[in-house]
Amino acid sequence: MPNEHGSGAPLPSYSDAYLKRILTETKTIAAVGVSRNEIRPSHYVARYLKTKGFTVIPVNPTQAGETVFGETILSEMSEIPADRDPIDMVDVFRNSEAAGQVVDDALEALLERGLRTIWMQIGVINHEAAARAEAKGVQVVMNRCPKIEYQRLFGELRIGGFNTGQISSRLR
Amino acid sequence: MSDEAKTYGFDTLQLHAGAQPDPATGARQTPIYQNTAYVFRDADHAAALFNLQELGFIYSRLGNPTVAVLQERVATLEGGVGAVACASGHAAQVMALFPLMGPGDNFVASSRLYGGSINQFGHAFKHFGWEVRFVDTEDPDAVKAAIDGKTKAVFCESIANPGGYISDLKALAGIAHDAGVPLLVDNTSATPYLCRPLEHGADIVIHSTTKYLCGNATSMGGMVVDKGTFDWGASGRFPNMTEPEASYHGLKFFETFGNLAFTFYSIAITLRDIGMCQAPMNAFQTLLGIETLSLRMDKHCENALKVAQHLEQHSAVEYVSYAGLESSPYYSRVAEYCPKGASSIFTFGVKGGYDACVKLVDSVELFSHLANLGDARSLIIHSASTTHRQLTPEQQSAAGAGPEVVRLSIGLETAEDLIADLDQALAKAVG
Repeated sequence: MPNEHGSGAPLPSYSDAYLKRILTETKTIAAVGVSRNEIRPSHYVARYLKTKGFTVIPVNPTQAGETVFGETILSEMSEIPADRDPIDMVDVFRNSEAAGQVVDDALEALLERGLRTIWMQIGVINHEAAARAEAKGVQVVMNRCPKIEYQRLFGELRIGGFNTGQISSRLR
Repeated sequence: MSDEAKTYGFDTLQLHAGAQPDPATGARQTPIYQNTAYVFRDADHAAALFNLQELGFIYSRLGNPTVAVLQERVATLEGGVGAVACASGHAAQVMALFPLMGPGDNFVASSRLYGGSINQFGHAFKHFGWEVRFVDTEDPDAVKAAIDGKTKAVFCESIANPGGYISDLKALAGIAHDAGVPLLVDNTSATPYLCRPLEHGADIVIHSTTKYLCGNATSMGGMVVDKGTFDWGASGRFPNMTEPEASYHGLKFFETFGNLAFTFYSIAITLRDIGMCQAPMNAFQTLLGIETLSLRMDKHCENALKVAQHLEQHSAVEYVSYAGLESSPYYSRVAEYCPKGASSIFTFGVKGGYDACVKLVDSVELFSHLANLGDARSLIIHSASTTHRQLTPEQQSAAGAGPEVVRLSIGLETAEDLIADLDQALAKAVG
């Protein structure tokens, strides 16, 4: 079945273990395209990740210099100060087409600064850009939300009846 | 680090999925949270919950800790990403279709369905402006021909009630997906122990949990499970999933929640606004039932096969319609879709027709004459004079519920006792 992302390629799928490993090994996230508008996912997803202990660095050239959840919004990933390294992950809150440039900018600016993962949000799929990242040894997630996956894989979504895959008789 | 996920067997999951020790008390059995509303931490927390930016308990119409355990249990056993519980199987059918349908839309359904579903689809759904198109799902061309630009789903039962028929799920999934619509499968009669439709191409699974899942005939309940792989954005057919939702500041469910969009919609819109929530006590009883599901289903199937084989040789019986018998035209589908067994509901034709059937149900001692299935006790009903009474003779026959047809739901008793009871009752009925 063709999908709205044009290529006719199947929607990407990832194992729970792959996503869980990424969310466990990631400490610092550059959130590209973050919004100050509180009802946009690019705002509350980034805010949520910060409440879970991730360091979230907002990047958005159209809102550069403004402040969002206590962080100054930067214009470019290359402006991230060296004392924030390593930058483990770039979370892409842009459309599928624009994601290509974001990926190239990330590889340019952050490959030598610890970049391990490029994560594209729900609806964002760019297979060509993903291939360029993977060719440099950077793992890729597309068409997923790290907030939803974190809630699912670490048990929070349990309260909504989602399949968390967590089986345990230990008290937590 | 290995990315291999730990996997568990069905028997483990039916006990443990969704049910870690209660985080508040350490209680090992899932507590009954008989409670309507939940305190917010502060105003920001409340706002985030109401905006769907955070997930948490607000009000038991939308979610309840006991019901949530049941939801995750069934989602896990079916292999879905999420499940939403509701008050009954009938409510589950509304819940499954509500995110997909609008006035003027239609869905294509198998003509081999539970009689109550045929009534609900054919009559009650007209009040929503929903049209059902019944087709013989053995005819792929008829299914294809029934689908048009306003079709939003294809619907069937895995092992059909009143029994004897198993849908060709892979073929139906192929037809539905070629047309850009999901396949919805009622898996009530099979349960996820015998059949997992999501592994055969289905997109949404529906249950009346009242039946085998609960297993003791104590509690009404329904469930809708989403596989989470259907691309709601591909066809433009599903505006509820893809267009801005006015009651949530223009939030788009598929854009925001991706593969969880259907489940989030079911909670945030269907449960919120239609309100067919499941009672916590019922969820608790159903969880108790599911703890022994595999053990019970094996025994149900074993007993059903013994009784069916006996009846097939009986002089007062015209035929037995049970997919587990080698004589069934659908016997090969047991191996493909439900290799552990064909469940325990089936029908048989009584020589002497309508009158003999009525005499038969009035003559049994051990079998209970009632309108239900999937009880631990064995049940008998003459569909044409009860569950399928509202249907036309043509609809009755199409549904496998003609005047000479008696339906059994075989329970967990000693098989020889069930056979003896049927023998004595058949002797009185047919003489």
